[in-house]
Amino acid sequence: MSDASLTPRRIPDRLHSPAARLLGSWELLLLVVAVAIFIANSLASPYFLNAWNLSDATFNFTEKAMIAFAMALLIIAGEIDLSVASIIALASTAMGAAASVGVGTPGLIVVGLATGLACGAFNGALVTRLGLPSIVVTIGTMSLFRGISFIVLGDGAYRDYPSDFAYFGQGYVFWVISFEFVLFAVLAVIYYVLLHRTNFGRTVYAIGNNATAAQFSGIRVARVKFILFLLTGLMSGVAAICLTSRLGSTRPSIGMGWELEVVTMVVLGGVSILGGAGSIPGVVIAAFVMGLVTFGLGLLNVPGIVMSIFIGLMLIGVIALPRLWKMWRK
Amino acid sequence: MSLFKSREALLAGAILVLLALIASRFPAFIAPDNLARVFTDTSPLLILALGQTVVILTRCIDLSVAANLALTGMVCAMLNAAMPGVPVVVILLIAVTLGAVMGMVNGLLVWKLAIPSIVVTLGTMTIYRGTIFLISDGAWVNAHEMSAAFTGFPRATVLGLPMLAWFGILAAVVMIVMIRSTPLGRAFYAVGGNPHAAVYTGISVGRTQFWAFTLSGALAGLCGYLWVARYAVAYVDIAGGFELEVVAACVIGGISIAGGAGTILGTILGALFLGIVKNALPVVDISPFWQMAISGTAIIVAVTLNTRNTKRKGRIILRRAQEQTEGATA
Repeated sequence: MSDASLTPRRIPDRLHSPAARLLGSWELLLLVVAVAIFIANSLASPYFLNAWNLSDATFNFTEKAMIAFAMALLIIAGEIDLSVASIIALASTAMGAAASVGVGTPGLIVVGLATGLACGAFNGALVTRLGLPSIVVTIGTMSLFRGISFIVLGDGAYRDYPSDFAYFGQGYVFWVISFEFVLFAVLAVIYYVLLHRTNFGRTVYAIGNNATAAQFSGIRVARVKFILFLLTGLMSGVAAICLTSRLGSTRPSIGMGWELEVVTMVVLGGVSILGGAGSIPGVVIAAFVMGLVTFGLGLLNVPGIVMSIFIGLMLIGVIALPRLWKMWRK
Repeated sequence: MSLFKSREALLAGAILVLLALIASRFPAFIAPDNLARVFTDTSPLLILALGQTVVILTRCIDLSVAANLALTGMVCAMLNAAMPGVPVVVILLIAVTLGAVMGMVNGLLVWKLAIPSIVVTLGTMTIYRGTIFLISDGAWVNAHEMSAAFTGFPRATVLGLPMLAWFGILAAVVMIVMIRSTPLGRAFYAVGGNPHAAVYTGISVGRTQFWAFTLSGALAGLCGYLWVARYAVAYVDIAGGFELEVVAACVIGGISIAGGAGTILGTILGALFLGIVKNALPVVDISPFWQMAISGTAIIVAVTLNTRNTKRKGRIILRRAQEQTEGATA
């Protein structure tokens, strides 16, 4: 999408030693930023270093991060899904409709996950079967999915969820460790293994670096991409369950604008928007960075819209600064 | 023959069918007065889509246009509230300049730092939107704080059409001439069609993208004043999410997201299509909540049709030369 496609990716003859790679890595830089924000926050506000407050802060990013894991794989493979927030709305609406006719909690989970999978399959089929560009397809389905929620709900809302449904967004597994946080950690491990320790993960990188070469080396590119869209839809369904359970109600505007925050989280985590590079640990740290910034600024009574300036500056800054540094040294 | 197969003809046909369908039940909708009203209402979308078109032609995307519009609009409104004596011409100049500067920021980041445009404009979108809150402190500028000249200008009628509509027509004409007959206009196609070839013919890819963003920003700034003056109110969230509608108009108009393909006429028709749908819904008594789902479906259908049309052709830069050789062989 820009000049970057003109300069070929340079692959060194010999890889640096693991220690040197770690020192120069994006993840370490992010970690330093995260620690710095943590220290700055605890100095700026006396309420920051409190187990319950910190636990509350995790809700700022856990749901978005769940989607970000799947989105990271999708972006590494060279595609993107801007419809994730709308999938949340549709899945939440479907769960609300099911709950209003008396479906119990296990049924609601099935409805939420199935809606997410169906939306992901729809996106995936349009992109892989018809060969359409994913950014346009998902801008379209972004309107379509949320549009269906608006048609169903209008200016109304679903509120009558069963009481045990509240556990997913409001329950605590142990002391201050919430169910959502545990789910976030488990999913982080699962996606780490999937991307960095399996053949499937290697094919994702291969497709992102050169889809044609991947095709010729025997990778079923279309199928892998379809699976990635399915996974992104499924994770949006999981996020929808958590968010709906946490809020206890569904409006068509639920999760509006989240797609951009999820993409920001992924890019901040060091995933190349052009595909082919990135890691799950990077995304995990980026999730913490965004959560800590939002929470810290919130404690200082900074309004949400001003926080978004920080997120925007961070998104551009973390990419611009290393490049400026390189230009300046030349 | 190719006239009947072109996507512009297809889209124009679709618009006529749509109008005929509406007219069969509600003849008043296609009365000249009402059509003029629909066009006036569509003008801001049209102007923004024209700017977005050149950006997409150069293989970029500008997601910050709606935030640019809102920020410029707020600056104009606050200026008018503080200094009611400033003439509208000066305000228009300020709006276009401010918008262009914000576009230049996007353009510089894409050109000099080679950051993918989607990342840059995601970031500046939140930064520009947040800045509105910073300068206005979240307060609204209401009609009674604006001068009569300020709010009256877009509505002033010249030759039977409001100024707002004339600006839409003016922008369309200027863009058609610019795209067809200036080196810069041709450069937009060259850069999007084949960046490598563009470099070899002496066109700077980055510089061309920079001017595309500047143009898009200037038009967004112009719309900022027109929007705020027309609705006689300015606040943080005006035109929220409008950037996607703008991209939708381009996509429906057949602008290829891969760059280098599409016409200004297509964009005009795409914007008109969305404008007619939006204005027709209340007339035919369909809940406005359907609009989102309908435009989403329109995007998906349009991009599917466009991709089928262009699949075998590849990208054509010198369309006229190609048509001539085709004519010679036939």
